[in-house]
Amino acid sequence: MLTLTGVGKRYPTGDRALTDIELTLPKGQVMALIGPSGAGKSTLIRCVNRLVEPTQGSIRLDGTELTKLSGHKLRHARRSMGMIFQEYALVDRLTVMENVLSGQLGYVGFWRSFLRRYPQEAVIEAFRLLERVGLPHAIDKRADALSGGQRQRVGIARALLQSPKLLLVDEPTASLDPKTSRQIMRLIRELCAERELAAIINIHDVALAQQFADRIVGLRAGEIVFDGLPSELTSEILTTIYGEEDWDTTPEPMDEEVSGDETTNTAPINPPYARVMSSIEAGAAR
Amino acid sequence: MSEQARQQAAQRGQWRRLPLIDSPRLRWGLAIGAVVYLFLALASVEVNWERVAEGAGRAVNFLGAFMQPDFVSRYDDIVAGLLESLTMTLTSTVLGVLLAIPVGLGAARNISPLPIYFVCRAIIAVSRTFQEIIIAILFVVMFGFGPFAGMITLAFATIGFMAKLLAEDIEDLDWRQVEAVRATGASWWQTMNHAVQPQVMPRLIGLSMYRLDINFRESSVIGIVGAGGIGATLNTSLSRYEYDTSAAILLIIIAIVLLCEYSSSHVRRWTQ
Amino acid sequence: MPVSTTPQGLPVWRRRTTRAQWLQYLAWLAGVSLFLLCWKMISDNTMWVFVEDAGRQGADLISRMTPPEWGYANVLWKPMWDTINIATLGTALGIMMAFPVAFLAARNTTPHPLVRSLALMVIVSSRSINSLIWAMLLVTILGPGVLAGIIAIALRSIGFVGKLLYEAIEEIHPTPVEAISATGASRLQVMNYGVLPQVMPAFAGISVYRWDINIRESTVLGLVGAGGIGLQLNASINSLAWDQVSVIFIMIFATVLVSEWISARVRHAII
Repeated sequence: MLTLTGVGKRYPTGDRALTDIELTLPKGQVMALIGPSGAGKSTLIRCVNRLVEPTQGSIRLDGTELTKLSGHKLRHARRSMGMIFQEYALVDRLTVMENVLSGQLGYVGFWRSFLRRYPQEAVIEAFRLLERVGLPHAIDKRADALSGGQRQRVGIARALLQSPKLLLVDEPTASLDPKTSRQIMRLIRELCAERELAAIINIHDVALAQQFADRIVGLRAGEIVFDGLPSELTSEILTTIYGEEDWDTTPEPMDEEVSGDETTNTAPINPPYARVMSSIEAGAAR
Repeated sequence: MSEQARQQAAQRGQWRRLPLIDSPRLRWGLAIGAVVYLFLALASVEVNWERVAEGAGRAVNFLGAFMQPDFVSRYDDIVAGLLESLTMTLTSTVLGVLLAIPVGLGAARNISPLPIYFVCRAIIAVSRTFQEIIIAILFVVMFGFGPFAGMITLAFATIGFMAKLLAEDIEDLDWRQVEAVRATGASWWQTMNHAVQPQVMPRLIGLSMYRLDINFRESSVIGIVGAGGIGATLNTSLSRYEYDTSAAILLIIIAIVLLCEYSSSHVRRWTQ
Repeated sequence: MPVSTTPQGLPVWRRRTTRAQWLQYLAWLAGVSLFLLCWKMISDNTMWVFVEDAGRQGADLISRMTPPEWGYANVLWKPMWDTINIATLGTALGIMMAFPVAFLAARNTTPHPLVRSLALMVIVSSRSINSLIWAMLLVTILGPGVLAGIIAIALRSIGFVGKLLYEAIEEIHPTPVEAISATGASRLQVMNYGVLPQVMPAFAGISVYRWDINIRESTVLGLVGAGGIGLQLNASINSLAWDQVSVIFIMIFATVLVSEWISARVRHAII
């Protein structure tokens, strides 16, 4: 369904993020993309929906060449690729329902979305998705009033409201505690099965990847160094991906580094407008 | 609508954005109040359309003048006014900042005794409330026409601006550093010099540069009431309808403000 | 390192190297001489007799200003209403124009670098020119009156609101914007969903703060004929009716305090 041939990305600074990526993803397959930080995992999935422009190669989704699209056609293609982010990437000051409905933006016109007059079916589907991820009671809460795990569920609902064929998932568990991480991964897995979605999941937690993916691709310095079943992932292969380490004694790497997150967060400590507002409060702006 | 009702409606596909203000009475009250105010306010604006039509030609002339600003015919006036503005700006900023330091120290609650605190805060409040031009009127009466009154005006305004920010900086500075220096047996002056000054100095310099910029902009208007500077020249040229000269002056002001901003961002980077 | 060794072999610590020390002295010298030069120019243009007389003049002024002629306050309600209208309508007009300009000027939302520099140009021109100058200009074009005042306030506000707002836009979190783009949203939808909610509190805060400044500025616009209480101020000063002037000052002071209080309250309610 998704085919990448010879995809490369070189940043204007000259850094090579990806070299000659060849990858084919059949319908309904959940693929985990593992590799050390800076290996190009994020760049790779962002190349697929063109948040990052690949500098060479071709990316085809159901026969459509994505790299050449622009304007209306690009937006059309993006609708069919739902993306889930590491820091949830919700709009904090919008309500949960508004955040989920933003998944419909590719389908409705500007004025409709501006006035929040979404079609009835879209609202029904949005509510059903919120029920599915377990948050129907939270529709009118602001996104910044939710815990990390809840936010990620909203992020998932938003991606699914696009009725995508493919999910692009960027480190879905990096900001979550171990238990919530597993719940989120299980949810993504189940939803992919229910809707026959293909998914590319960037993940640094090898154990989680092995448990929840059908297939694992290892990326190192922008090149694919492993492509196979989770069971084929041995210590030697992990060493080629990540470098030397005693793999058998670290069953769930990184777990301890992540702070617990199932309690309700307050608003972010540093909202984007903090600096401007403080200069106003000080009376220093003239 | 209750939370439950909204959820049930959403289930059926009916959903509207949450209103910004919960209480409908307050919401409508505010909206109607705003409309009524707008109506009353607009009704009180008297416009003499004949005069506006007459002025339209002037507006075109003025825009045209920007294309062909005239720096030459009033060259001497412009240079004199500009020099006066620049000298006023510089001296008033230096004086103002120097005087703002004691006032700012006095207005910081954590290092100054209560009576001094109140006096300094009062100075700051008066200086910040009145427009520079009002203060200029008073100082012109006291000191006579000319740049001296302008300089005193701008210095006075600078004191209020700088002292308030300085006081707030001192109030939230890192107290552990001060205690560490004090613990070495340093005197009050030594404490100021070694613990307080290094913490507030970079911002103080940045703010002074910023105030220099504000003072220049202000110096271009206080000339209207006789306190010297380019404002007087500008006022004269406008009242004579010499728009090409006015345009030249305005362009110079914009250029100098740009220059000020550009160099102050450099100075700030350099001091931090 | 500013640690050097004396000929006797003892280490000496100095804060700066010798060269840096000299450069600093030079900079100070240049600064001080520039200041003295400026001071001299001002002093040359000053009639020192008047300055020496300042104390007596000041005392005289105070004695003439007191007691304030309270009855005059009744004449001032209408001009005060005008002043508030100038500030409010001017602010409204100004922020309406500043809003699109800020989006064009912010690096992350501008459609094109050229448009950006144009928008920045608008902001700088508006900011550099004091509202009184705008008013003088508009009075010669539109004739004296409240309208000139409103437009002057609006023109000055564009730069202020535009600058602070575009800085706020440049500081938004990029990931929500990325997420909204990834849904296939159009440019305008990305602004509406990804950018706008993030800057809305800042926009509201900046606007009401500017309104508060504008109240202050519109009290003096009458000095050049642009309506409001400044007209009365000008008239009273010209007729040397200082006891009326003090009433006007007190009214301005009170209005400014109230507007400052309102603006602070609104800002706290927003955040």
